[in-house]
Amino acid sequence: MSDTTAHDEPELVQLLTPDGELVTHPDYPLEVDADQARSLYRDLVLVRRVDTEAVALQRQGELGLWASLLGQEAAQIGSGRALRDGDMAFPSYREHGVAWCRGIAPKELLGMFRGVTNGGWDPAEHGFQLYTIVIGSQALHATGYAMGVQRDGALGDDGEAVIAYFGDGATSQGDTNEAFNYAAVNNAPVVFFCQNNQWAISEPLDRQSRVPIYKRASGFGFPGVRVDGNDVLATLAVTRAALQNAREGNGPTLIEAFTYRMGAHTTNDDPTRYRASAELEEWKRKDPILRLRTYLEKQGLADEAFFAGVDEEADRIGERVRTECRALPDPGPLEIFDEVYAEPNVHIDRQRADFADYLASFEDAGAQGGR
Amino acid sequence: MAHSGIQEFRLPDVGEGLVDAEILQWYVQPGDRVEVNQMICEIETAKAAVELPSPYAGTVHELLAEAGATVEVGSPIIRVDDGSGGDGGDGGSSASSEAAPDAGEEKEKPLVGYGEKAASTKRRPRRRPGAAANGSGPAPAAEPQAAPAKAAQGPVLTKPPVRKLAKDLGVDLRAVEPTGEGGLVTREDVRRAAEGAAPAEASAAPEAPAPAAPAVDRSALEERIPVKGVRKRTAAAMVGSAFTAPHVTEFLQVDVTRTMKAVRRLRERPEFAGTKVSPLLLVARALLTAVRRHPEINASWDEQAQEIVLKKYVNLGIAAATERGLVVPNVKDAHAKPLPELARDLQALTETARAGRTSPADMTGGTITITNVGVFGVDAGTPILNPGEAAILAFGQIRDMPWAHKGRMKLRKVTTLSLSFDHRLVDGELGSKVLRDVGAMLEDPEGVALAWG
Repeated sequence: MSDTTAHDEPELVQLLTPDGELVTHPDYPLEVDADQARSLYRDLVLVRRVDTEAVALQRQGELGLWASLLGQEAAQIGSGRALRDGDMAFPSYREHGVAWCRGIAPKELLGMFRGVTNGGWDPAEHGFQLYTIVIGSQALHATGYAMGVQRDGALGDDGEAVIAYFGDGATSQGDTNEAFNYAAVNNAPVVFFCQNNQWAISEPLDRQSRVPIYKRASGFGFPGVRVDGNDVLATLAVTRAALQNAREGNGPTLIEAFTYRMGAHTTNDDPTRYRASAELEEWKRKDPILRLRTYLEKQGLADEAFFAGVDEEADRIGERVRTECRALPDPGPLEIFDEVYAEPNVHIDRQRADFADYLASFEDAGAQGGR
Repeated sequence: MAHSGIQEFRLPDVGEGLVDAEILQWYVQPGDRVEVNQMICEIETAKAAVELPSPYAGTVHELLAEAGATVEVGSPIIRVDDGSGGDGGDGGSSASSEAAPDAGEEKEKPLVGYGEKAASTKRRPRRRPGAAANGSGPAPAAEPQAAPAKAAQGPVLTKPPVRKLAKDLGVDLRAVEPTGEGGLVTREDVRRAAEGAAPAEASAAPEAPAPAAPAVDRSALEERIPVKGVRKRTAAAMVGSAFTAPHVTEFLQVDVTRTMKAVRRLRERPEFAGTKVSPLLLVARALLTAVRRHPEINASWDEQAQEIVLKKYVNLGIAAATERGLVVPNVKDAHAKPLPELARDLQALTETARAGRTSPADMTGGTITITNVGVFGVDAGTPILNPGEAAILAFGQIRDMPWAHKGRMKLRKVTTLSLSFDHRLVDGELGSKVLRDVGAMLEDPEGVALAWG
């Protein structure tokens, strides 16, 4: 395993050190007042709590699967907060923090992982597309969407920008590299936001890329930047700048948010089988929540009552997520046909009718209500 | 059972499509207080070792699986009293939990989707107009097995392909010296361990002329399954029967085309509405009729009293393959039942057996048995007697065969009957008469209709 210590990387943009010290960066100035800092802290804590609850619900059989964001809260809240209402995000399947920033209720995220919906929310309403399980394909979708924005003439200072989320593993995929190239030659208003959490399931970063991921952008002809993904302020500043660049018509940017997946890849995975616990201990010292809390405390921007209040709120949300998850309604078996096509389709109609007949062929079909 | 207040937590599928998991250790014991999401145990699946958090707050009432046991997904593993019930009565013995796990199931639905899998793996019956096999269900599934407890150390660090290599080579990763970075077991480490086992001995005795190939330890390639439950009882019964009663088996091929027609006609009859009518029903009735004509076949050997006990009643056993193994429940006083009642009783008996709810009383007191090996797609067998009985009739699969019929070669529905009997009290003549009689009735069910009663 390579040494992946963030401090060793001089190119890393950082505004808040792991010790909670505020520093400045010439390219990414950021004014943060006390309210904003407290509000960011609250978001980080609440999404972590939602995530922890979801992992527990999976272990209790309430969810089929869950992909934990533990450790990546700052990368997601920082970038999610940089988005404007009219922007469009294309997530992978771990962007629970970004979804939170886009106003999607936790229970809407749970539906797919519980197997009761194929989606869960209206992408247009939230500016947040559905989760994509296929690795890296959403980079192409984002690029195409961004080219649409460009052709609609929706660029400019108040224009729209697009962001695609993916991980370090996705940078090995053809789709992602095609998206880089297409976005570059078309000057598409898209930001590629790579959360480099050091592990593609059990495959470490040094098996993924010979060069730092952000440097790949230069080969395609657009800028790349590495930001401390555990630093919510730096992530916010860097993403905001990249989005602004895109919306003004200056083309794509690749952001590599240098972070760490503190939990398992998904609830199916057991990271203790392939990575050393010392590595996790090292990253715990760089915890995104801890450093913001240290900063707030040192600067006297928040008191004990504030932190206790956030923790209480987190527990309430945890309980609510638990209750709402169990109350999610099961879909009827025929609903699988409902959203295959936007318009009526004879083939789908026939399949629906066949399936309805099949369901009615069971001796206990009456009890099932033939739904 | 499951009075309100006692919540049951069933083993969920924590890894998409897993069927079971081993309980590595419990963190709680009966009487302990637990909170929601407090870790209660560690389990290991085919994919990962994970901790399970409690979905309930309350007091641990009972642990339903021991550390080291392999538990099927969907099986209850712990009961927690959440204090909502009031009384603390329920003795909650493990015997009662095994006998009736479904009473509280419908109103209490702690799991969805994957968690309910165990219940939903049973196939829903289809409405089918055509032929239906009766008797036994699908091939018996293995019982949940207890596995030896793991050493308490943490998991071995290595990569999945290396894990696979170790498994292929039969190398226990825990015994391998890791040389990789950070204590990782490498591919070479596994190879070395695989080669290391044998050569040590070989080099120790170089002078020996090496007359035989070196012994290879294949124990890692073998699985040892503790014998218990139904398997244990079945084994004891089979050994007891096979080594006390001298068995003779006779065979007879029978044209059952007309029996199949009779089955179809019976299905149309109002008195069989809602009842499963299968060839097994007519085989049962034919055997009961044969017993009436040759009562000596319905008997048992009393070794102590040195007497043959002739039974004036027939408790007709039906061998059924269930998820728990082979069970042989019997229909009491089958000789006195009209055909529709016999049909209903056979149906209830097989359904109860497949649901795993056959009571010990249902399985004792049998006097003669039918085993339907045809459901497994085979023609015949040499069945072993249910202990204490004098005869057992095996009924093979029914298939289209060229058959001499009215002087011409025709395709007919043919099956093979095999009758094993206890040669101490049944001679070849009697056994042959019974078998021929059953065959004749199945060849011409209408012709002997009067005898069917």
